[in-house]
This record gives sequence, structure tokens and C-alpha cells, in this order.
Amino acid sequence: MIVEAVGLVKTYGGRRVLDGVDLHVPEGSVLALLGPNGAGKTTTVRVLSTLTRPDGGSARIAGHDVVRDPVGVRAAISLTGQFAAVDDRQTGRENLVMLGRLAHLGRARARQRAGELLERFDLGDAAHRRVGEWSGGMRRRLDLAMSLISAPRVVFLDEPTTGLDPASRATTWDAIGELVAAGTTLVLTTQYLEEADRLADRVVLIDAGRVSAEGTPDALKTQVGGERLVVHLLDPADRAAALSVLGSVGSSGADPHTVELPSDGSAEHLRQVLDRLHVADVRLTRVSAHRPTLDDVFLTLTARAPQPAPVPA
Amino acid sequence: MTTALAAPVHGGLRNAAGDALTLIGRCIRLTRRDADTLVMSIVLPLLMMMLFVFVFGGAITTGGAYIDYVVPGIVLLCTGYGAASTAMSVAADTESGMVDRLRSLPIPGWTVLTGHVVASVTRNALSTAVVVTAAVLMGFRPDAGPGEWLLAVGLLLLYVLALSWSAAGLGVLASSVESASAFSFAMLFLPYLSSAFVPTESMPAVLQAVADHQPITPVIETVRGLLTGTPIGDAGWVALGWCTGLLAAAATFASWAFRRTTRD
Repeated sequence: MIVEAVGLVKTYGGRRVLDGVDLHVPEGSVLALLGPNGAGKTTTVRVLSTLTRPDGGSARIAGHDVVRDPVGVRAAISLTGQFAAVDDRQTGRENLVMLGRLAHLGRARARQRAGELLERFDLGDAAHRRVGEWSGGMRRRLDLAMSLISAPRVVFLDEPTTGLDPASRATTWDAIGELVAAGTTLVLTTQYLEEADRLADRVVLIDAGRVSAEGTPDALKTQVGGERLVVHLLDPADRAAALSVLGSVGSSGADPHTVELPSDGSAEHLRQVLDRLHVADVRLTRVSAHRPTLDDVFLTLTARAPQPAPVPA
Repeated sequence: MTTALAAPVHGGLRNAAGDALTLIGRCIRLTRRDADTLVMSIVLPLLMMMLFVFVFGGAITTGGAYIDYVVPGIVLLCTGYGAASTAMSVAADTESGMVDRLRSLPIPGWTVLTGHVVASVTRNALSTAVVVTAAVLMGFRPDAGPGEWLLAVGLLLLYVLALSWSAAGLGVLASSVESASAFSFAMLFLPYLSSAFVPTESMPAVLQAVADHQPITPVIETVRGLLTGTPIGDAGWVALGWCTGLLAAAATFASWAFRRTTRD
């Protein structure tokens, strides 16, 4: 485990922002911290990247304790915060070379890495212009490039695509994909389920400072409910006939043209369903399979238990 | 390709010095490219000087040429204002997330603020040189020898250093760039409550007590004495005491403020 956190607690003014967070991230994998605003995602990343001291629990990154050996941790990681932390009055190249020097790469190597990253992030043409003149998407890409200058073993990305237009988001995702392909461990926070689904090997759902669910995106979806088949009927009058051949598992869909039933997702099950409907002479327009999205997971698992009613005085 | 190269070595005095130089270079580059602030830090004192020499000067009696009286005051105002703007640069770095980015690097924390402070001292040395040159062109006639110039410059550097560290600490604590600008306002205003523009004897008793015992007055009296030969008395030692005391307090305060945000 290159990132290992046990029982992290952080309190701000009596409020437990982190209330016993455990994380285990194997080297080379991608972990997404998913959760609503204020759930503790950013605080978790700040603790893991040594910016914030935990009040309880412990965390080790690449074998270094975040409290006892912060410099050891910092040498192994990079952090990209929620907002692009770039110098507007420096050029793209100057920003990168500066970070390279501060990562102790040496002058020549810092320049070389800056050149490589500018090309990789498609910023070569703008490299000599001041970043203040760049677009938001370009600034975010530079921000990410600056995090990679030292070839860190663990990269923390705090909401890497929040506020980006779709094209910049796609470029950022591609860059992140390349990074992962090169074996870098990634811990990212996001509010976008699509992002977690697309990038992460494992998802940790954080809610009110606790881990409320954890697993691969597929496992989490299964936890919420398996796949469902939606059968679209040519004639709504056939619905009763369709339900009777499907037995107790079938149910009416929201639309009078549809019936739904759970499925294991196998071709064999689909064939059996179609055979039965065919024998009963129910004509269909199409059949669709619906897998629960991470949105379903998110909504199901972060729905709080109802608060106890206040005791009357 | 990265594996073929030796891993970078972190820590140690050599790296720390290199980190500090890199960050000083950064701040100086940022200052140089911030045309508005740069122009302001030179034009404002020049305008003030013209205002006081040509508009009010005729009505103020100081027992000698008023320009010789007022230039040390203008220099203090100019450096105080310039040093205070460091609070805004530090606050901007905190707001943009640059401080967090730098703090997540394997560099010592003190280098981050040192970059801002050294850039501030450099910027103020340059703007002061411009202002003094302009003053000479306008008729300022200092009679100081090389030793006195050296002492005056040394005291001013100490003063700017102390103010820059205070500003850096305030910048860390400020919630925004706008609130950090309050310090600049204070440094623009405080010299009026000193012997910068008028002798303190001309003020009402309460104000005179404040003006005589605030740190700017002894610094001004000392610089004025060194450059134009007015009596310094014990103002020199008082000024030196204030400046070293302020510097020690400010540096402690700034590193406390910086660490406080780390622990949070």
C-alpha cells in the first residue's frame, strides 16, 4: 500500500470534519474520493499531502509518516489544488522550470522536463506567453503539468476538472489516463460520478467525515442493485400478458409501454425472456439493459437516516 | 527515462539556499512585471514630495530649506508603503493556492516568505534611489559623508526589513488581498503622525506624545540628522532599538503565522 491511512480525525472548532477515515491505496492504482461538498474530501487530501495535521489517526505515504516525516512525504508526492495555482505574470515555461528547480531537478533537467510537459499537455505554442493571457482550460493543464514535473509516485488531484469546459475536461482526463498508464498512483477527489467511473479503480464514498461505502465502481453499483432489463412493448395492451409470462419478478415500468425485471446481465437470461414473450405473442420494439449509475449509488448511500425529532421541552 | 537518472536529493543547506534564491527570483520577476504597483511605488512618493515641497512647504517653517527637512520623511513614507504591499503579494499567493503548492514541495517553509521579503527590500531600495535622485534634482542638498550615507542606508534597510516581515506575517493571516491592503493604508497614514512633514512641537500635546514615541519619528530624525546634519541626540539609538526589536518580533510573528496555517 503506497497510501495507508488509519482512523484519520480532524476537528475544526468542535466540528468533526474527518471522523475516522481509513484509506488503502495500492501502488499504481487510482482512488476516487467521492462525496458532496463539505464531506471531508479536501481535508483528507490536505492531511495526506502534509498541509494539515490530523488530530487523530495516522497516515503513511510511500512509507513516510505524514506528521513525523513531512519532507519524506513531499518528496514522493505532488498536489494539485482546487484552483489552478499558477503565476499569471510568469510564462508557462517559467512556471514549470521554477517548480522543477524547487523539486531539485537541477537547471538543465528542469528545463528539459518543462519542455516535455509543455508538449505533452499541448501547451507548446503558448509556452512563452504569460499565463495571465491563457484560457481557463490551459491554466488547469499547466497546473497539472506543474504537479508532474518531479515525476511523483503519488499524485493528489483535488477536483481536477471542476469548472472546466467539456473539451478541457477531455484533455485533462486523457492526461490523467497517460499518467496512470505510466504507473503513477493517483488519489483524486471529485463530485462528478462520471469522472470517478471513468478514471478510478476504486471509489471511496465520503459523507460527513466518514467512509460510507468503498469498492470498485462496478461493485458499488451492484451494491445498490443489479442490472435491470427494460422491455419496450409495441402495444401497451400487451402489458398484462407480458407480466403474466414473466412471473413474479416482472413489474410495470414508469411508461405504459414498458415492463421491467431484474437480470444477471447474461445473454442466456435475455434469450429466455425473449423466448417467453415470443411464445405469448407479445410484440416488442426493443429491449434495453439499465445498469445503476454511480449517481444511483451516490444518492442511495449518502441519503442520511432521518434525524431524530427534537425532544419537546 | 526518469529511472535512468539519479533521484534528486532533498534537504541540506545547499538546497535550502537554492530554494530561497529560486523563490526570491520568482518574487522579483513578479514585481518587475507588475507595472501598476511598480509605477505606484515610485510615482506616489514623487507626487507627495512635489505636493509638500511646492504646495505646503512655503507655509511650514522648519528652520532651513523645507525640502531638506521633508525628504527623509518622504523616503520613510515611500519605503513603508512599499514594504506594506508585501502583505498583498503574500495574501494573493495564499488565495491562489500557490502557498499550498509550495508547501507541498520538499523545501523548507521559511523560504516561501523569505522570497517575498527579499524582493520587497530590493524593490524598495530601487524606488528609494529614484526618489532621492528626484529630490536632488528638485533642490535637496544633503551634506552627508560616505560614512553617514552608509549608516542612513543601513538603518533604512533595517526598517524596511522589519516592515516587510510584519507585512508577510499579516499577509499570511489576511483573509483576502483586499484586507491585506489595509496595512498599506496604515503605512501611508502613520508618517503624518510623526516628524515626517512638520516638527512634532507644532502638534497638540496628545498628538505630540504619540508622534514622539512612535518608531517612525526616531528613524526619520536619525536619517535627517545623518543626511542634513540636524541634531540626532539619542534618536539614533532609539531608532536602532525600535528597528531591531520590530525585526525580531516581526520575523517571529511571520513564522508563527506561517506555521499556524500549516498545523491547521
